[in-house]
Amino acid sequence: MKIVREAIAGTLESNDVFVRVSPADKGLNIQVQSIVLGQFGAQIEQAARQTAQMLGVQNAVLSLDDRGAIDCTIRARVETALLRGAEVQA
Amino acid sequence: MSKLFPSLEDALRHCGLRDGMTLSFHHHLRNGDGVLNIALAEAARLGIRDLTLQASSLFDVHAPLIDHIKSGVVTGIETNYMSSGIGRAISRGVLKKPVRFRSHGGRADAIDSGRVQIDIAVIAAPAADCMGNANGLHGPAACGSLGYAMPDALHAKHVIVVTDHIVPYPLMPASIEEITVDCVVQVPSIGDPKGIVSGTTQITRDPVALAISRMAAQVIQHSGLLKEGFSFQTGAGGASLAVTQYLRPLMRQLQITGSFGLGGITGYLVDMLQEGYFRTLMDVQCFDLKAVESIRDNPLHQQISATRYASPSAKSTAVNSLDVVVLGATEIDTHFNVNVHTDSNGQIMGGSGGHSDTAAGAKLSMIVAPLFRARLPIVVDQVLCNSTPGHTVDVLVTQRGIAVNPLRADLNQALRDARLPVYPIEELKQMAQRITGTPHTARPRGRVVAEVEYRDGSLLDTIRAVD
Amino acid sequence: MMRSMLFVPGNSAGMLLNADVHGADGLILDLEDAVAPGEKDAARRLVQGAVQTLGFPGATLIIRINPLGTPYVEEDIARMVPLKPHLLMPTKVASAEDVTAISTLVAQAEQKTGLPQNTVGLIPLLETAQGIEHALEIARSDPRVKALFLGAEDLSSDLQAVRSKEGAEIAYARGRIVMAARAAGIDVYDTPFTDVNDDDGLQQDAALARALGFTGKAAISPRHVAGINAAFTPSPGEISYAREVLAVIEEGERLGKGAVSLRGKMIDKPIVDRARKVLQTAVLLGLERGAL
Repeated sequence: MKIVREAIAGTLESNDVFVRVSPADKGLNIQVQSIVLGQFGAQIEQAARQTAQMLGVQNAVLSLDDRGAIDCTIRARVETALLRGAEVQA
Repeated sequence: MSKLFPSLEDALRHCGLRDGMTLSFHHHLRNGDGVLNIALAEAARLGIRDLTLQASSLFDVHAPLIDHIKSGVVTGIETNYMSSGIGRAISRGVLKKPVRFRSHGGRADAIDSGRVQIDIAVIAAPAADCMGNANGLHGPAACGSLGYAMPDALHAKHVIVVTDHIVPYPLMPASIEEITVDCVVQVPSIGDPKGIVSGTTQITRDPVALAISRMAAQVIQHSGLLKEGFSFQTGAGGASLAVTQYLRPLMRQLQITGSFGLGGITGYLVDMLQEGYFRTLMDVQCFDLKAVESIRDNPLHQQISATRYASPSAKSTAVNSLDVVVLGATEIDTHFNVNVHTDSNGQIMGGSGGHSDTAAGAKLSMIVAPLFRARLPIVVDQVLCNSTPGHTVDVLVTQRGIAVNPLRADLNQALRDARLPVYPIEELKQMAQRITGTPHTARPRGRVVAEVEYRDGSLLDTIRAVD
Repeated sequence: MMRSMLFVPGNSAGMLLNADVHGADGLILDLEDAVAPGEKDAARRLVQGAVQTLGFPGATLIIRINPLGTPYVEEDIARMVPLKPHLLMPTKVASAEDVTAISTLVAQAEQKTGLPQNTVGLIPLLETAQGIEHALEIARSDPRVKALFLGAEDLSSDLQAVRSKEGAEIAYARGRIVMAARAAGIDVYDTPFTDVNDDDGLQQDAALARALGFTGKAAISPRHVAGINAAFTPSPGEISYAREVLAVIEEGERLGKGAVSLRGKMIDKPIVDRARKVLQTAVLLGLERGAL
């Protein structure tokens, strides 16, 4: 799946994550800001990466501003943002 | 004769202020306090160095303290609580000597017993007369009780009363009596009333906090303690205060009258006093204007000193007669040790206050907290700082379940009989982690920036610097 | 059996996370009015993740979907059915044909997911004049229909009536929907009370709903759940009276008496049926031991 436009999903409310995706040339660039970065930074990045891979997104910039979202929320928000930014609307 | 001095400088000179002394302050003006800043600025201007600050609590309004530390005016801090703005600087190592944390009762005992020596107590007084009789009941910065200043006034070598509201002699009633006071200084303002007390403390509307407090009230209901003469203390925050809202109908239903409400007093407890739910209030600190009005006008609402509140060496104290205390936590471990000093990264943002005192004294000490906050489970394997030892904590109440300390088999059985959702504390930890995932915990490894002294004077834990 | 059904906005991560701690017997995860048109895609995925991760095991799980005729309804059904909610709540249901159309989509989704037919039930939301007038045919339209639910806000607007706390404007609709549901032998749920700060008003409204025959009532705020549960829970007095009634009846049967009375009042069949119902509810709620 190819990211062709900038897109956002999620909110900055507690327990949510705000995700921004934009097109990129080579590879997945994932940036994570989080209030629980020390405790969950690696898991947040992994959730975002797996979601992108599952959708077959190879090139994108993903930036996450996390307010303590659990894994399934991160996956849902990343998926929504990627699909919104992709060629085909789902 | 008059003890009125034209300026704080004159009063400090009169009391012999010099390098290396210990100055004490109370925190009844909370985040509106102006006096600590004025006094330290004065000491700095006079070129004084190497002071030890003996403060019952420190708030973010005291941020100028950081500069006095950097410039060497203050080289030691002993306190019972420190809000996050000051705590951040301490956690980053701004002060060379470790901060000494105590509990409210522990501090009172340390002062009463002479373990802590105060050279000059600088007492902010909302109202005072020219001889130094002082109280918190009148004036623009009225704060109610002056309970935490009482041991300082009794035992400091010198006492300066600082007020912005001088009344004709004799001020009545006197929380601080003239017999202990050397000097009285009038200043334009001792603090900002907006930071001192709010109008009335509102009960939280957060539905999760309410779910926790509803469950907490059920625990109290089935603890066997909710009967005639019931006594109770709760904090002013979140789920703690909301417990009171659910206790009220239970007390009405059982037709019981409580003997006393204790501690930091809020308008909500004042309402319950006025409506006959409690016979009396024992007040070491007022949290809102309604409490201030009540302590001024209602003889059944009385001020008590920090010593009478919680000193471990007194022949008896109010906490020893306390049935139930409801307390908060940033973390609790599987041995029921509680952290209220640091956040989950180990950065200082609080302190015992009366936490460990009431936990030790009350028949039922209850921690109320969400099962996880943001994404962080409340139950951990080992707390980053042991503020209150687990053997004094009876029960943890979260929105998804209750854990009873194994030392309290009786309580465990009573709550199970009442069909409340009781789990081993390990199970609550796992329940949270099934939702949040397993957090990676990194314990700070820097040098020791604070020591936590238990109420009996022993060293309970140390807090290390965070990068 | 649900006393209370709590609405939870489908696009709120925080509220979903703690949806099941407020004591509601049922949860309505909402993809309709609580979600802005541009966020329907986001809400579906959030609800999906929340149900798969949290499961909400103690509650009856209901998902409210967008009405027929919107561009969302097919996707809603296709994505929500695999989550195996107990009930889907179709909105603005006006006729038996509406139910049939929804039921067909649900059946397709069940088949595609490999679920047995009729895994997912329906609780149609009747919130238009047409829907109320067709309540009985809707109730009887499909075996999936397990209950009816009254929505007074949209209904009042459709009626050009003024919505009030006392609810005179919905008196007919309440009577009609209870009548239809009971005639079809299914449950029926009352519209939520909308003032979150009026606890007394809530109590009165919930007590009225129970007296009118509703099975339970929806809540738009967690603050209302405890009050609704209390209103729909048999009181200790009701339970002990029901026990007495059944004891007297047994005694009468044992002695071969034709008619029995309790405290000077004839105990006839309706009274016995009501007593059985009260005890059944009490057992379901764990207030009474015994078999159903």
